[in-house]
Amino acid sequence: MSPLLSVHNLRIGFGKAPDVVQDVSFSVQRGETLALVGESGSGKTITCRSVLRILPRAAQIRGGQILFGPEQTDLLTLPERQMRDVRGNQVSMIFQEPMRSLSPLHRIGNQVGEVLKLHENVSADEACKRVLAAFEQVGFADPERAFRAYPFEMSGGMRQRAMIAMAMVARPQLLIADEPTTALDVTTQAQVLGLIKDLQRETGMGLILVTHDLGVVANMAESVVVMRKGRVMEAGPAGPILTDPAHGYTRKLLAAAPTIPKDIEPAPPLPQEDLILEMKDVSKTFTMKSRGWQAPQLVKACQQVNLKLPRGKTVAIVGESGSGKTTAARIAMAAETADAGAEIWFRPQKGAAPVAVHDMNSAQRVAFQRQVQMVFQDPYSSLSPRMRIRQALTEPLEIHGIGTWAERRDKAEEMLRLVGLNPGMLNRYPHAFSGGQRQRLSIARALTLDPVLLVCDEPTSALDVSVQEQVLELLEEIRDEAGLSYLFISHDLAVVARLADEVAVMRQGYIVEQAPPATLFNNPRHPYTRALIAAQPKPDIRRPIDLLEVSRGAGAPRDWPEPFGFDGDDPPALREIEPGHKVRHHA
Amino acid sequence: MTFFKYAAYRLVTMLLTLLVVSVLIFVIINLPPGDYLSNQIAELRATGQAEGVAKAEFLRKEYALDQPIWRQYLVWMGFAPGPNGYSGLLQGNLGWSFYNDEPVADVVGGKLWLTVLVNVAAVIFIYAVSLPLGVIAAARSKTWADYLTTFIGYLGLATPNFLLALILYYYGRKYIGLPIGGLMDPSFEGEPMSLAKIWSVLVHLIVPTFVIGTAGTAAMMQRLRANMLDELEKPYVETAIAKGMSPSRMLTKYPLRMAFNPFVADIGNLLPSMVSGSVIISVVMSLPTIGPDLLDALRTQDQFLAGFVLLFVAFLTLVGTMISDLLLVMLDPRIKFAGRRS
Repeated sequence: MSPLLSVHNLRIGFGKAPDVVQDVSFSVQRGETLALVGESGSGKTITCRSVLRILPRAAQIRGGQILFGPEQTDLLTLPERQMRDVRGNQVSMIFQEPMRSLSPLHRIGNQVGEVLKLHENVSADEACKRVLAAFEQVGFADPERAFRAYPFEMSGGMRQRAMIAMAMVARPQLLIADEPTTALDVTTQAQVLGLIKDLQRETGMGLILVTHDLGVVANMAESVVVMRKGRVMEAGPAGPILTDPAHGYTRKLLAAAPTIPKDIEPAPPLPQEDLILEMKDVSKTFTMKSRGWQAPQLVKACQQVNLKLPRGKTVAIVGESGSGKTTAARIAMAAETADAGAEIWFRPQKGAAPVAVHDMNSAQRVAFQRQVQMVFQDPYSSLSPRMRIRQALTEPLEIHGIGTWAERRDKAEEMLRLVGLNPGMLNRYPHAFSGGQRQRLSIARALTLDPVLLVCDEPTSALDVSVQEQVLELLEEIRDEAGLSYLFISHDLAVVARLADEVAVMRQGYIVEQAPPATLFNNPRHPYTRALIAAQPKPDIRRPIDLLEVSRGAGAPRDWPEPFGFDGDDPPALREIEPGHKVRHHA
Repeated sequence: MTFFKYAAYRLVTMLLTLLVVSVLIFVIINLPPGDYLSNQIAELRATGQAEGVAKAEFLRKEYALDQPIWRQYLVWMGFAPGPNGYSGLLQGNLGWSFYNDEPVADVVGGKLWLTVLVNVAAVIFIYAVSLPLGVIAAARSKTWADYLTTFIGYLGLATPNFLLALILYYYGRKYIGLPIGGLMDPSFEGEPMSLAKIWSVLVHLIVPTFVIGTAGTAAMMQRLRANMLDELEKPYVETAIAKGMSPSRMLTKYPLRMAFNPFVADIGNLLPSMVSGSVIISVVMSLPTIGPDLLDALRTQDQFLAGFVLLFVAFLTLVGTMISDLLLVMLDPRIKFAGRRS
């Protein structure tokens, strides 16, 4: 039998430039999942989009065939009008950014129901019924409410579910998912992947999954196409490719895939003396603006957080969006004031008198700001595009009035060397640097004032996997050389595993488990920690995501099993169950 | 908070803004030393016309110009009693135009609503023309359709308006018998409203609307084109195409709705620029609008006339902004009126 979709010798290029997709061929059977894998710039996205012929206007399809369905229709030569019947009806697509892929001005129900209106001659009632059924299928608790909602009223995971409902509602034969979970939290990712898999099993549709994450591939795909710079490097069944890759590039990708290491050296609990930073009972409540007669809403971003950071060590706060990890970090560096009753103590040198960060006068604040610096998440927006690197690096010195012009320049050069960049680059603008280099620059900028404490807010999450590794190595080196202490914020357990001396897992404002990484990964106790670890996709087809484990811990605190669950604002205490290992549970 | 509550709240802030604007206008008009009357009195004295001086002195008293400036303002607005009791803008007394030597109300009288009429017609023209052209230019960007619409737009922008007016009058007269000049047939002036009069006004409006409108159209069209091009890059457009929508339906349902926001927000800005910008055209086409009067009043320090006209323009602007704010709230569910309170 002919395959559902087969791509033959596809070539795509822009303008007069050479092809960006060269001679790509693959095929998908009914009910099969094919993964297109590659790093950014590999041509995987443009290949999958050419199936629906939604390409940037400058792109030209220069050759090849894309045959679809029982009649083996060539989608590349199909007239535009007939192509419209294919789109959304026989072949549909899910995009990467659920935040921006839905129109913000139209209700979800309207946008999903539109597919039926376009392709099937159904009454409004019938369309509404089918949309509601689709919403139920993708796991909306209240389909009616989702129908009436606007996208901005939903979380990222919910929007991606709405996108899936939109792609599924006309029962297509082929679904193309372009990085469908990259923008989502890891537990949400696990659930969305599970959902796609279930839907595929129910409907028997074919699936093309475009991703950079081999962990996702291992969980989803039967066959794999590895692409690099527009060429297919390796293709075949998923099992052999992931266990015994033939091509060197695939091996490299496998090695760079972030995983939670199995065998970390167990470390003794952190020493409790010479603390550079100590947070006691830190809570933060935000007040949302009231709407009319309703009482103002209180959002508890962060609750009773206690952290101790010994000098020269790294404490990581791990959590998903909305867990309060960033709020805690902002409070630690006095960018936010905590609720009354919190105490934050900072000791710049060993044995020095502690500074009360929660209650500083302006002179103390200026000194504090010199000693505590931050590395931001997005190196693309945290460097001003109109400032030369020299200006960006010397500005902190200028603000604090340190050194002469020449001394500042020397310092900037020294910093560039420290982060592994050439001092000759001082006069360039940020756009001349890649993402990894930019993150090095922001680390350099944070170090110019010779701080003793560095707050790193997701410093690697905007970077490619291979680059992530290098930046983490750099941070490790600098910490050990300069004796810095890090407060490290991340959503990714795998990133934290190599750098942290202690990990605090946060969920909905509370620390739920806290331990050195070895203890935490080998002996996780809290259901949420277990869910986080389980949800991390591993590039190993013998270790699929345990969805049951994820769903046990990823829900609201009241759904956690005994003795961990709690309702509202009445959590159990954070109790030490072995030296250095704390879990929030009822005794 | 309901929509109506927001509208009421917006109305109150508008009135407060208008009050502040009135103070600013009055202060700025009075910044240059002297005023119309003291200049005139000096001139009359020099030429020895005693009875003229007496009249001027009388007017000074009558309109409280001998009082300190803050008091002059209060009297002008009608917040404080003048020589004849409370008789300011609030009471409907617009003051005296010294230059024209008649009440301001008589000077601007019928011109006010004609000004509004001409400008509203021009705004509608701008929107009606630039909307389709801008969308076409964006949807077919970098093709002949884009270049042609842009060319036409810039032609409208670059051609001197008075020249365009003359050309249009000439050919309009020659081929379709359009009337020249004015906003109605002279025989209707001062007549009560009638169907024939409305018809006459409409026919006279054609050329002025076109002439005033073309200048604004090019800018508006380019703005819409740029907005549309931005929106067309957004992922939700791709989603819509992947659903199988036809291009025209997709364009109007999604990106146009989004590109519409700045378009709507511009209503408030268009009105004042057209009142002050159409002075030359008003003179050339002998349109009875208040633009030329404003020019005269400012030149001669005819403060009550200038003050009233400026206040009226400010009022138009504020009404325009209020309308666009209310429209935006209706068009965009993300804009929460409650959030604007504090």
